[in-house]
Amino acid sequence: MRKSPKDIVDSARIISRRGVMLGVIQAAVIGTLGMRLRSMQVEHADEFRLLSDGNSIKIRLLPPARGLIHDRNGVVIAGNEQNYRATITRELAGDVEQVIAKLRHLVPMTDAEAAAILENIAKRSAITPVSIGDHLSWTEFSSIAVNAPALPGVQPESVLSRVYPRNGDFSHVLGYVGRVSDYDLSKMENPDPVLMLPEFQFGKVGAESKLEGILRGKAGTRKVEVNAAGREMRELSRQEGQQGATVQMTLDAGLQNYAVQRLGEESAAAVVIDVTNGDIMSIVSNPGFDPNLFVRGISAADYKALMEHDHRPLADKSVQGIYPPGSTFKMVTLLAALESGLVNEGTRYYCNGALDVAGRKFHCWSRGGHGSVGAVESLMKSCDVYYYELARAIGVDRIAEMARKLGIGVEHDLPMSAVATGIAPDRAWKKERFDKPWVVGDSLNASIGQGFVLASPLQLAVMTARVATGRDVKPRLVRAIDGVPVSVAPFADLGLSPKNLRTAQRGMDAVMNAPGGTAGKSRIVAEQWRMAGKTGTSQVRNITAAERARGVTRNDQLPWNRRDHALFVCYAPYEAPKYAVSVIVEHGGGGSAVAAPIARDILLYALSGGVPPLSAYPAGQRDQIEEMHRNMRLITPMAGNTSGRTRA
Amino acid sequence: MSYLDYKVAETPRGFRKLLALNWPLVFLLAAVASAGFLMLYSVAGGNIDTWARPQMERFAVGMVLMIGLGFVPIWFWRGISVGAYIVCVLLLVAVDVIGHVGMGAQRWLDLGPIKLQPSELMKVALVLLLAAYYDWLDLNKVSRPLWVLIPVLLILLPTALVLQQPDLGTSLLLLMGGAIVMFAAGVSLWYFAAVIGAGVGLVWTVLESRGQSWQLLHDYQFRRIDTFLDPSQDPLGAGYNITQAQIALGSGGWSGRGFMQGTQSRLNFLPEKQTDFIFTTLAEEFGFVGAGTLLALYALIIGFCLYSALTNRDRFASLLTIGIAGTFFLFFSINMGMVMGLLPVVGVPLPLVSYGGTAMMILLMAFGMVQSAHVHRPR
Repeated sequence: MRKSPKDIVDSARIISRRGVMLGVIQAAVIGTLGMRLRSMQVEHADEFRLLSDGNSIKIRLLPPARGLIHDRNGVVIAGNEQNYRATITRELAGDVEQVIAKLRHLVPMTDAEAAAILENIAKRSAITPVSIGDHLSWTEFSSIAVNAPALPGVQPESVLSRVYPRNGDFSHVLGYVGRVSDYDLSKMENPDPVLMLPEFQFGKVGAESKLEGILRGKAGTRKVEVNAAGREMRELSRQEGQQGATVQMTLDAGLQNYAVQRLGEESAAAVVIDVTNGDIMSIVSNPGFDPNLFVRGISAADYKALMEHDHRPLADKSVQGIYPPGSTFKMVTLLAALESGLVNEGTRYYCNGALDVAGRKFHCWSRGGHGSVGAVESLMKSCDVYYYELARAIGVDRIAEMARKLGIGVEHDLPMSAVATGIAPDRAWKKERFDKPWVVGDSLNASIGQGFVLASPLQLAVMTARVATGRDVKPRLVRAIDGVPVSVAPFADLGLSPKNLRTAQRGMDAVMNAPGGTAGKSRIVAEQWRMAGKTGTSQVRNITAAERARGVTRNDQLPWNRRDHALFVCYAPYEAPKYAVSVIVEHGGGGSAVAAPIARDILLYALSGGVPPLSAYPAGQRDQIEEMHRNMRLITPMAGNTSGRTRA
Repeated sequence: MSYLDYKVAETPRGFRKLLALNWPLVFLLAAVASAGFLMLYSVAGGNIDTWARPQMERFAVGMVLMIGLGFVPIWFWRGISVGAYIVCVLLLVAVDVIGHVGMGAQRWLDLGPIKLQPSELMKVALVLLLAAYYDWLDLNKVSRPLWVLIPVLLILLPTALVLQQPDLGTSLLLLMGGAIVMFAAGVSLWYFAAVIGAGVGLVWTVLESRGQSWQLLHDYQFRRIDTFLDPSQDPLGAGYNITQAQIALGSGGWSGRGFMQGTQSRLNFLPEKQTDFIFTTLAEEFGFVGAGTLLALYALIIGFCLYSALTNRDRFASLLTIGIAGTFFLFFSINMGMVMGLLPVVGVPLPLVSYGGTAMMILLMAFGMVQSAHVHRPR
């Protein structure tokens, strides 16, 4: 397409006109910029020069006091304490080594400590204050203050530091605070400037980390006048910060303490949920650790000890640990089967100790078999063959769907670190994960909570609460923020038929209270607290042929870390459920012998609101229980104590 | 095509093209870049290796590249405009899919030795395409709705992709750069009035969306708006950058504190002192005289480009020159407006002065096209 001369002329005319307009607009903008420049640099230069020279006037941040964490009764479980310390600023100190040498006359420190401080100072920028001593005694602190003129650049100061009055009781749920590291800062976009203050503490793990935004508070500022040496002469103005919000947890400090002590030396976890509102009353991973060690900077030796402990104190077994739930999963399979309509509570199967499926023999735990078994009896006796038959009848997808409905294989939103989702396996899952088709043997394993099924103790407690109520119980940890209760909507109905739920509940009741129930020994005899439960034992590994040849036939003949996990879930009172409990004891052996008594005792403590009356225990066990309670060093009774050790 | 109408034989050939280059423009660019080297040397505390030397090396390469591109006949650029645009769009999509995340936004493609930021290339490609479009389009169709809609969509596509990253500054630059070409091409002023009216309405809606479920900007972007409206509100937090920048700028006074004597940057009060805020150091150390001179140099660059465009009878060449000069204008005026507190902090570098290799390289390549337009203008 050729352009006519007229087009070219027209085009040139338009561009000229528009080009000139554009030039005028651009000139106007440049003119505005020039005017602004003139206004700032010529007319107002003096004001800006003052501000710039105002190195004599400094704005300093006042770190906010961190919000306290209370238990449900107002007991402080994370507080603040005064920390006397001193910092040094290289630019103001001049000869740093000489200042440190003088300082060592006032504050005893080893050569290694002094060297570490010097190294730290050299690493930081000249104007950043670096800590030269935390948690100083009052004497040390005041002698530094008195000798300040001889110690240029040294600044004694009193700040608040996090303290956990209950030591290890809440180590996993609350987590701990620590110094903000460069790595932490690098992960943040627009970090709050208060985080750059030396030794400022912020939540590293657990609720301390997840609730950081609520707990941190807002920094205040103060304007100070400093002399040429950088020493503060006077404070010009001060704007106080705002303390972080007080968070009230759903946890009960008394119950938590009891649960920790009841778990004793075991590598274990326990979760207690109020089934009526989802409040987590207690959540313990045992053994714990003392979070105060981390706040003050843990020593290499202490840290090594925690890392090398074979009970893994740093791992949170309650929400992060996932285990095959074993027979505690049978309520899921049973409800899936009943709801499918393919079987009903009257369906009976014959157990002769094993079931042959696809050329493999699937054993019941009872080698001799249970004979003809019905629904309620199947839970009571924990007959495996009955569940193999159910799985064959309904297929795995229905089981997985029910598991998710009851809270296994789904995420629960709690302010804790690394809350695990667990696995409720189905055909699609296996295809995606292993790219292999589902086989019937997988269904049989899943039906008794083995194979691919994995659940955390938290999920087992939620499952129990949902079976107990038929409602979509959602666990929660925060009860109120700054005195304002966090509202919970009433839980929706799960849509399970009341008749089927009742069958599962009756089965759990029979486990405890019918003759021949697998956990009859651990029942509660006080009728108002009648308890329903289910045992579980999950295999860590099979006994090998080689071991069999050596004569190892029983679990307790194996080394500790190869023994089965013991599990137990329960709730009470049976007729009007209030609390659901799950307990897992790693490598504990059998669920009925090891996990059930622990779960029962914790449940009873929660129900009775303190050390339970002996009359609630079966007669034969009372002496032993009394002895056990005498040896415990329980901190507080459950209710009424509202005073904390420290407050901000 | 239309070039065949002109006396191609009269455009210079071979090394004679060197003489026909727009030499004043070359010297002006070198002068601005030299101011940049001085400042980079200064903010590094008198160390040439930190920023100044790499910047000088890249500038030297960029200058050779610019002159080289100036030798390329102008019709070549028109020929590749569609292809260049498509490639840039694909790169932008690639960045969204596999790009690297830096400073909270996804902008780079990591190509081994260099990190390619396709949005930079897009600014040039968009101007090229629009210039070619209006060169092709019949003059009396320019303001017809359908023929206005097409370039608008061509602008909005990359703008949306860049906004997705999210990079508000660059997407605004694309939008306004495209608008400048449309304006120069003679699209009816009513369209611009309508868009400005709609823009005001949009800003109102965005501000209104805050805290609602349909919030349109990130929280940090809203905070930047707050800080822009009242930086003193939060002198140590979000308003820190802009407060310190203004202190540096204003304290320069008439003649400045002297080379390497700026306390604001030396004491590390200034943020991003070698990139987006470098103008403040210059203003602090060389005062109104220095800062005004730099502004005048920029104005001269725009002036020479506009003159070259208006005296060029080829439509494509004119629009290309105006578009590139316009984008350059947007760069420095937004950056200066930003550090002077007239505009919100959107993260736009000062062209040729701020430290940054690819941005400068692409800018000099764009000026290479301006040179090409100048050299091959119809006589």
